[in-house]
Amino acid sequence: MENVNVSEGTPEDVQDTAQESVQDVQPVPEKQKKCKLKFRRGTPEQGDMHTVSEPKRSKIGGKKSAVTTAILILPYMLAFFVFIVLPVILAGVLSFTDFNSISAPKFNGFNNYIRLFTEDEVFMQKVIPNTLLFSLIAGPVGYFLSFFLAWMLAQVPKLPRTILALCLYAPSLTAGVAMQVVWTAIFSGDSNGYLNAILLKMGVISEAVQWLQSGDYLMPIMIMVTIWSSMGIGFLSMLSGILNIDPQLYEAAYMDGMKNRFQEIIHVTMPSIKPQMLFGAVMAVVNTFQAGAIGVELSGSNPTPNYNGQLIINHIQDYGYIRYEMGYAAAISVVLLLIIYILSKVIGRLLNSKDE
Amino acid sequence: MASFQGKKINPKRFHVSQIKFYVFLLPLAVFMILPIIYIFSTAFKPAEELFKFPPSFFVVNPTWENYKSLFELMAGTSVPATRYLFNSVVVTALTMIISILLSVSAGYVLSKKKFKGQKLLFEINTLALMFVPIAVTIPRFIIIVNLGLTDRFISNILPIVAMPVGLFLIKQFIDQVPDALLEAARMDGASELQILFKIIIPSVRPAIATVAIMSFQSAWGNVEASVYYINNESLKTFAYYITTFSSASTSSITQGVTAASALIMFLPNLIIFIVMQSKVMDTMAHSGIK
Repeated sequence: MENVNVSEGTPEDVQDTAQESVQDVQPVPEKQKKCKLKFRRGTPEQGDMHTVSEPKRSKIGGKKSAVTTAILILPYMLAFFVFIVLPVILAGVLSFTDFNSISAPKFNGFNNYIRLFTEDEVFMQKVIPNTLLFSLIAGPVGYFLSFFLAWMLAQVPKLPRTILALCLYAPSLTAGVAMQVVWTAIFSGDSNGYLNAILLKMGVISEAVQWLQSGDYLMPIMIMVTIWSSMGIGFLSMLSGILNIDPQLYEAAYMDGMKNRFQEIIHVTMPSIKPQMLFGAVMAVVNTFQAGAIGVELSGSNPTPNYNGQLIINHIQDYGYIRYEMGYAAAISVVLLLIIYILSKVIGRLLNSKDE
Repeated sequence: MASFQGKKINPKRFHVSQIKFYVFLLPLAVFMILPIIYIFSTAFKPAEELFKFPPSFFVVNPTWENYKSLFELMAGTSVPATRYLFNSVVVTALTMIISILLSVSAGYVLSKKKFKGQKLLFEINTLALMFVPIAVTIPRFIIIVNLGLTDRFISNILPIVAMPVGLFLIKQFIDQVPDALLEAARMDGASELQILFKIIIPSVRPAIATVAIMSFQSAWGNVEASVYYINNESLKTFAYYITTFSSASTSSITQGVTAASALIMFLPNLIIFIVMQSKVMDTMAHSGIK
């Protein structure tokens, strides 16, 4: 029992010390795994501990447990507030300032927002429509595809299911370079690109098409690649949700007069895995916006050619790291976070109403 | 008779009625996996095959050439490619260990302890599921600077150890562990730590495996720290190192090296998924947690 404080303190220490403490963290799980006390669930036969702790519990128990609670939750909460909550708050604060990252931020009220919605032509004419188009297609298509693929996979035996699920899930693992290598090779603008080579050979086109540099094709390609890689963690969650539905639910529903597979999906499958579906939906929204860098990755430049693949994320980076207008970039971030928040709320409503 | 329908979920063996699913799933799976096969194939293509016209999909004469040039490219300099790779391995391992420990201990507290503000904390965390890190790189950068973490190895790790999704998943799983079990353990004199490691962790293994996969993905591919927080080349990660030449030029060496490193970035993801995910699916099916 003494090693409670010793070992649990370590993740917390990482917060303020540097490299040396990194080494300290590793032994933690080792130490605890070797914890000697064997412990069978629910069997009260460990007499030795039993007698010692019982009388003390009433006195120290409350206080000690409060301390333990704090020790257990603090490390996570510290990291969570410093690197997730605080940045969001800071973005909110900065969005009301003029800040070029060299001199101190100057308060300028709602100017950034006013400028964003009234003067920034690129934002209103390109970025917002692009983002809507991209997220309203890639998000829902990826999400429903995930659900139906999970539903179908649940109805084939385990071995083919595992192999097929792996094929469908693998693309979601290709973030960044791997994704870039594949798709830029396929859509490369010279005749060495796979698509160009095939189309040239078939005589569909007479000269190589600049797929990734063109206004017409960049967006559809971005959407396609995003859908291709959208069978991620939400997909797995829904798959295991469907696999764990109690078969008796189906039997009962058919007894009650359910007639076909469609009714089965609406009345049994979807309500039964509602938690997984909601989780999958939030993941779909987040992944769709997180995938925002894809236009820049594919076309190789920010801004994207003629701003045709420019999404909110790219606009933030354009202003933040290329023009160093941090206050303005922060205002765009706030708008983005609000969009994600509202979308997730709407989806939550939709999923809940379906149930009633 | 009607109940026959229900047995279609998670069938034990092949049945004619499943053909319609295969008809749909097989072509789609092939389409999805082709680009992945391409990553493997290209990584081993010799220079002349990389620039062949018409381009070939499969490698004809596989070679380690690309890997050789990848590691020879910077071998003479103070920061060789292996250094970046080493950094990435350390960063990823530590991130996984720390984020699992943080999520499990916080998840346990949020699920099984009663204290003021507990519900609020979990709600904030659930809200943070929607957090998009890429949106707040600027304020994060400012925080890192003010904490004096610039050019520290630890800034590769710290910003990504708190994973709202991880805590969320684990907490939901711990909710399923019966309170009576924990109470019985306490009666037997188990400390909180023993409860955590002897009961909670074994019961939520599927969620832990899932969190492990997710934190691996986020750490292995993370370039944020190397790009924005760290100037010292010897502290940067492999994911960053690749970006330095992938966009730079189109010479044959660069192309081959990029393809080779793309596989290095992708393969561990795939392997860890295969190892862990079979466990996730297995445990989920048999764990009986409802």
